[in-house]
Amino acid sequence: MEMLPISFEKAMLMSMALPLITAGLVKLFGNKPNLRETITLTGATATFLSVLILLEAVLNNNGPSYTFGALIPGLDLKLQVEPLGMLFALIASFLWIITTIYAIGYMRGNKESNQTRFFICFALAICFTLGIAFAANLLTLFVFYELLTLSTYPLVAHAGTEKAKRGARIYLSILLTTSIAFFLPAIIWTYHMAGTTDFALGGIFPAETGHLALGILLILFCFGVGKAALMPFHRWLPSAMVAPTPVSALLHAVAVVKAGVFTILKIMVFVFGADLLTELPARDIMLYVAGASILLSSLIAIAQDNLKARLAYSTISQLGYVTLGALLAIDVATVGSTMHIAMHAFGKITLFFCAGAIYVAAKKTEISDMRGLGKAMPFTMFAFFIGSLSIIGLPPTGGTWSKWYLMLGSLDTGHLILMGVLMVSSLLNIAYLLPIPMRAFFGKEAEASKAKLKEAPWPMLLAMGVTVTGCIALFLFPQPLFELASMLTMEEKVNG
Amino acid sequence: MDTIAGLFNYWIVIVLMMIGFYVVIADSNLIKKIIGLNIFQTSVFILYISVAKIDGGAAPILEDGITNYVNPLPHVLILTAIVVGIATTALGLALIVRIKEAYNTIEEDEIHEKDGTL
Amino acid sequence: MMNLLLDDLPALQVMLPLLCAPLCFILRIKGLPWLIAFVTSILTFAVSFMLFNQVADGDILSYAMGGWAPPWGIEYRVDRLNSFFMLLISGIGVVALLFARKSVDSEIIACKQSIFYSAFMLCLAGLLGILITGDAFNVFVFLEISALSSYVLISFGQDRRALTATFQYLIMGTIGATMILIGLGFMYMMTGTLNMADLATRLPEVMNTNTIRTAFAFIVIGASIKLALFPLHIWLPNAYSYAPSVVTVFLAATSTKVALYVLLRFVFTVFGAEFAFGEMPLQHILMFMAVLAVLTGSLCAVFQTNIKHVLAYSSIGQIGYMVIGVALLTTTGLAAGILHVFNHAIMKACLFLAIGCVYYRHGSARIEDFKGIGKTMPWTMAAFVIGGLGLIGMPLTVGFISKWYLVIAAMEQGAIGAVTISIILIGSLLAVAYVWRIVEVAYFNEPTKEKAKIKEAPLALLIPTWIMALATIYFGIKTDFSVIAATNAATTLMGAK
Repeated sequence: MEMLPISFEKAMLMSMALPLITAGLVKLFGNKPNLRETITLTGATATFLSVLILLEAVLNNNGPSYTFGALIPGLDLKLQVEPLGMLFALIASFLWIITTIYAIGYMRGNKESNQTRFFICFALAICFTLGIAFAANLLTLFVFYELLTLSTYPLVAHAGTEKAKRGARIYLSILLTTSIAFFLPAIIWTYHMAGTTDFALGGIFPAETGHLALGILLILFCFGVGKAALMPFHRWLPSAMVAPTPVSALLHAVAVVKAGVFTILKIMVFVFGADLLTELPARDIMLYVAGASILLSSLIAIAQDNLKARLAYSTISQLGYVTLGALLAIDVATVGSTMHIAMHAFGKITLFFCAGAIYVAAKKTEISDMRGLGKAMPFTMFAFFIGSLSIIGLPPTGGTWSKWYLMLGSLDTGHLILMGVLMVSSLLNIAYLLPIPMRAFFGKEAEASKAKLKEAPWPMLLAMGVTVTGCIALFLFPQPLFELASMLTMEEKVNG
Repeated sequence: MDTIAGLFNYWIVIVLMMIGFYVVIADSNLIKKIIGLNIFQTSVFILYISVAKIDGGAAPILEDGITNYVNPLPHVLILTAIVVGIATTALGLALIVRIKEAYNTIEEDEIHEKDGTL
Repeated sequence: MMNLLLDDLPALQVMLPLLCAPLCFILRIKGLPWLIAFVTSILTFAVSFMLFNQVADGDILSYAMGGWAPPWGIEYRVDRLNSFFMLLISGIGVVALLFARKSVDSEIIACKQSIFYSAFMLCLAGLLGILITGDAFNVFVFLEISALSSYVLISFGQDRRALTATFQYLIMGTIGATMILIGLGFMYMMTGTLNMADLATRLPEVMNTNTIRTAFAFIVIGASIKLALFPLHIWLPNAYSYAPSVVTVFLAATSTKVALYVLLRFVFTVFGAEFAFGEMPLQHILMFMAVLAVLTGSLCAVFQTNIKHVLAYSSIGQIGYMVIGVALLTTTGLAAGILHVFNHAIMKACLFLAIGCVYYRHGSARIEDFKGIGKTMPWTMAAFVIGGLGLIGMPLTVGFISKWYLVIAAMEQGAIGAVTISIILIGSLLAVAYVWRIVEVAYFNEPTKEKAKIKEAPLALLIPTWIMALATIYFGIKTDFSVIAATNAATTLMGAK
């Protein structure tokens, strides 16, 4: 530990301060694009490194904590690093680098306006995402959760067109409505019943708390975390597709939806606790809601011709997996859920990168137009193929592992129907994802698109290369991820 | 009988108050509204003054041989209230002058018509 | 000498602005009235601050005006409730006057400015007088002083509709004040006293008479008119919208708050909660009206095109929140209500100040004027967004703290609380709708050609605006001051009987 130049606590604060500083510098040098983007890249890398420093502390079961002070007398604004948050922070900060590289190519290639605002909001979103990851209690989490919503709003409305504004309005209204109407009262109620909102492995509710109240609370939490896009509060995700593709990547893989399922997982493990959760009848209801969400959104995805819309519905169904795993509340499923956050992040970001590359290079958004595109853009389409495999859960990609554990979880708890849901959904995944690269490679080219098409600019290809490698690497070396995830369950055993 | 004749001062107060209130609400002429407001306030003045009255009481002036006098405090209070009332009336009338200049009318419905409200 | 002054602090609190009013009127040299008013407001704020600290431990400071001992003379009585309100009102006064110089220069012709400032000082004196006095009749007098001067202030508005709005306010305000006068008369009839503390001890003997019940009804309705509690709010939107910018700032942040204080003082201290809520069905009435206020106020705000109207209707809704807190009838609820008085004053002041900046540059504050304003006036709009987030109740702003405590207070009530909570949250969602409509236009619309050249507001206007914007955040993060002060005030009220 003496080797490190800074303490863990400082590293944690640094990791949150760096995106803020980056945002400030980007604002300052907004009129010099090259400098601005260098700053963003440097900031992103520095942020990732300072998060990486924390890993050692977490693996030693010694995550740093820091208290900013009381936001409300008796309720602190407080950070605390634990394995789950660590994992999320690692994914978010790593993918920030990749997404920045990609965004530079995309934004320039597409000649987007207001790029400075874009990079500022992006950096802010990362800062708040790390805040969510490191939050030590529900209040802190909620603070950053709302800030994340606000900071991503300008990104969704980026284009400023009537369509973009409408999409952003739906985005904002659904996320704020669910958080104000369900999430906040649920937090206050938790505080009212438990006397604290501090996360603790194994739950915080006193033993005598009524199960009816807890059941209602569980439902409030599940729907209140609108970022987890549990049906019927999923509409914001397809609406947010009007945003530029790097933003979609941010929403789907890096920050927003991941923040949602992370919050759900955190609440299940650290507020309710597995033992309590299994006793609640409301849990079973929510399990089936999650199951329905998985199936329905997969079915809707098949009907979408717009590539980004299809991917959006696919995300909704994948988020359902994580929620489902969190609600199953046994070790195997919790591990599966945790790993799925990472696996889906890499898989989905690859797919979005490809969608963006196709848009920049060929200006195509509809799947039916992409026939034969594989000849002009072989690399992009190959990446798409690998990304699809990861989402479906087939080797040689990381998605295999998380799906495996999730299925084991549903099997162990005897929820055979849910097991069936997962299997059917995997088949549906194949049906709506694989035809796209297949037709691109083997289909006949449309007449009109004979014009000379090239691959997208190199920064975008580079970014895709990294995420594809990530998908495969996670299959070959899932061990670190697995260890981090199982720390959650092991600690629980020690404590419980 | 007692309630009607014995409390006649209160009846007067109530009648005056309702007349004033009605004029304020129902009349669209701004001057008449101010008059109504005056009547409304005056009724309250009478309420205070009549409450101070004591049967057979003399004026509250310090003089030999007078032991039974009316309560002077309500008079003083109402003096203040009258001053306030006059200030309100004056301000109201000043406003009406300005409204007349701006709208060339002091009828409420016509003002609304000119503003395009209602 | 110094000691003498310190002893007379309660008198100074009112006398300073009261005496400075004629000074402003007499010394008609350009710029001087403003300077006098501004310096006085700072002194007044200092006095409030000292008084606040003196009673912070729970002492009650009683001051016999003119040396006449209460209950015969007029008593000034400072406790933790009104000292908190006085601090707020005089603080807002300072910020409003800081804003006033530039803003008034552009909106009111030079020869009338001395009248304006003297009316402003009278208004401040009246509001502080209502708060500090321990004499019930004195409340009426100060109520009228502040009301008459605010009629004058509003009538300074540039739009001719300011005149009709003032007239409407004058009629309703006078009816409200006269109703309070009637109530006082009935109480005097039964007890022979007008001192509040004295009334509180004597009223219980005669509590069961219809006279006192009538008195109660008159006072509650009178105060509710001043408070603009739904459905007695119709004077408010136009009065706020057509008044000069700085007047809107000041009145929106102070006058309804003081009216709420009057209601609290009479209901809890003079009549006592037991009578008001046990004997009379005040709780149900207040709760019902407050809920309607939140819903209708917020809903109306969504459909306005004049931004001042949006904020005025939002005020009606926010007043509903305060009254909800009161009507919960617990110390927590009361504290939440009082806390919201403080928090709402800050964020509404911030919002109206930002509107004032826009008005200064554009000459109106309609939603079209906000097109692209995020680019042309970035600082103004940023302050507006902060204030707006406060109204929505976003974390790290004062609005969140109010909402948190209101929901906590409602949660203690069980099933009825659940309905209350849902109303609070629906109001909050409606706030999203009316605030975001403006934000979206400001940031994602291009300004029209002639508006594109408009520059950011001058520093003299931005500084007060940002003081309030930063206060919106500061008191949303460092909450111990406001929460403790509000809780103390609530305990003082609940313990009064």
